[in-house]
Amino acid sequence: MAVITDFSKNQVGLKNQGKEGFENMTAKNLVFDTKDLNLWYGDDHALKNINLDIYENEVTAIIGPSGCGKSTFIKTLNRMVELIPVVRISGDILYRERNILDKSFKVEDLRTHVGMVFQKPNPFPKSIYDNIAYGPRIHGIKNKKILDEIVEKSLRGAAIWDEVKDRLNENAYGLSGGQQQRLCLARCLAIEPDVILMDEPTSALDPISTLKIEELVQELKKEYSIIIVTHNMQQAARISDKTAFFLNGEVVEYTDTNKIFSTPSDKRTEDYITGRFG
Amino acid sequence: MKYIDSAQVEKKMGSRLLKNMFAKNIFLLATLIGLVVLVVLIYRVFADSIGWIDFNFLTNKLSTDPEKAGIMGAITGTLWLMLVVAPVTLFLGVGTAIYLEEYAKKGKLQSFIQTNISNLAGVPSIVFGLLGLTVFVRGISLGAIVLAGGLTMSLLVLPVVVVAAQEAIRAVPQYLREASYGMGATKWQTIKNVVLPAALPGILTGVILALSRAIGETAPLTVIGIPALLIPLPDGIFDKFTVMPLQIYYWTIDAALVAEYANLAAATIVILLLVLFLMNSIAIFIRNKFQQRF
Repeated sequence: MAVITDFSKNQVGLKNQGKEGFENMTAKNLVFDTKDLNLWYGDDHALKNINLDIYENEVTAIIGPSGCGKSTFIKTLNRMVELIPVVRISGDILYRERNILDKSFKVEDLRTHVGMVFQKPNPFPKSIYDNIAYGPRIHGIKNKKILDEIVEKSLRGAAIWDEVKDRLNENAYGLSGGQQQRLCLARCLAIEPDVILMDEPTSALDPISTLKIEELVQELKKEYSIIIVTHNMQQAARISDKTAFFLNGEVVEYTDTNKIFSTPSDKRTEDYITGRFG
Repeated sequence: MKYIDSAQVEKKMGSRLLKNMFAKNIFLLATLIGLVVLVVLIYRVFADSIGWIDFNFLTNKLSTDPEKAGIMGAITGTLWLMLVVAPVTLFLGVGTAIYLEEYAKKGKLQSFIQTNISNLAGVPSIVFGLLGLTVFVRGISLGAIVLAGGLTMSLLVLPVVVVAAQEAIRAVPQYLREASYGMGATKWQTIKNVVLPAALPGILTGVILALSRAIGETAPLTVIGIPALLIPLPDGIFDKFTVMPLQIYYWTIDAALVAEYANLAAATIVILLLVLFLMNSIAIFIRNKFQQRF
């Protein structure tokens, strides 16, 4: 499935938006495809005509200043945004060619395929084991042996197994912030998602913990498709394959990461990534 | 030129400090008055009850003879009453709180219900007695039995439980709910596995405090017609019954006829206070032991 895509050689005159902007597009499958997505919080028009194609086994970074709609956008992809009562959405969001805004698409089903890691580590006040087993349990797995296997596999997947394997029954609140965030990532892996959404997952972490998460993201994209919102442009440049720059609820530019950071085609993108605002 | 004249300041310093002292002592006095009254009350009650609390007093049935009278009937009545009140308030109170916090759309209806719950908490208990008399005793013809008393008492303490449970549920951080929803959990799974376990200490504290209020209430039970003198012990929730505070009430009234009844009332008060003290201790213990920090 994964096609070797070397974006570092990809500097030459490409259009900047939509799928025409990418090289080696042919073989990669779309995981998300938004069509004229608009979102309002009451009267506040938070997302305006978003048309983004997101490909599998890639890291897609969403950057932009505070309040530009980037968190709103990824929370729309697993419909977490609907927890806010005044939200209205129009347009289509195709996940693997099915419209998730369709009434027949159950959010519980969607969120089993599209997992999420939040800005602030949010483990449950339960044991490490119960945190990881939470997802499988709500999806009906009761067999202790299977749960054990899922817990170990997920913790290994989030590179935290060695640190916690001797204290699986201790409360997760005893872990450091960075460990808690990797635990949350492991908890997300335990539902065996297809896509992982990350909403500024390192903004509450120290640099070393941040580095660990970034390394994990690189590892995880082999098996998962990752969409990450970040305030940190260096982070987007380091870990992502594609980057979308959001401004005032619109996508200003969406293209290969190394292109957006070397030769952005829009003046506003250039101003933002060179630190002139935001 | 300076506006604050240090000579003037010096001159007024004495009276300022005096007022300062005075203020402190006034508030100390206010605190002490309440405390002294309480101490006097407890002293009188204990003094009157000395020699009256013994094994026979706890295990004997009610009798007109002060030497033989015991409060076994009132104790069993109170226990049966609690056996009705506890599950009913727990279910109705927590259920209402969950609905209002987790399901109800924030809007006019929700705030209307909310306001009325707060108002209900302030309704005098005797009014609840009338409600119980109308609905349970006469309306569905239960008569003055434990079940009718228990349902009446449940309605009386329900607002307290609802508000306490709502606060406990509201204190569960939104990010825990999001974590659960984010993994595809349904609302009920989230409530059952995340919200309720985290809110449980607060809910239980509220329930226990509500029960200790119900144990001490008298007025609603007099209104629904609990008899003044009841010798047989209640055997279940369909029996006639009496409770400790009512027993205290009737003995206090009849102390004009038989002086020793005052001692019996005092002895019953001591037992009632001990029960309340125990229940409050359990509430505090639960709160401290299971309280989670987020």
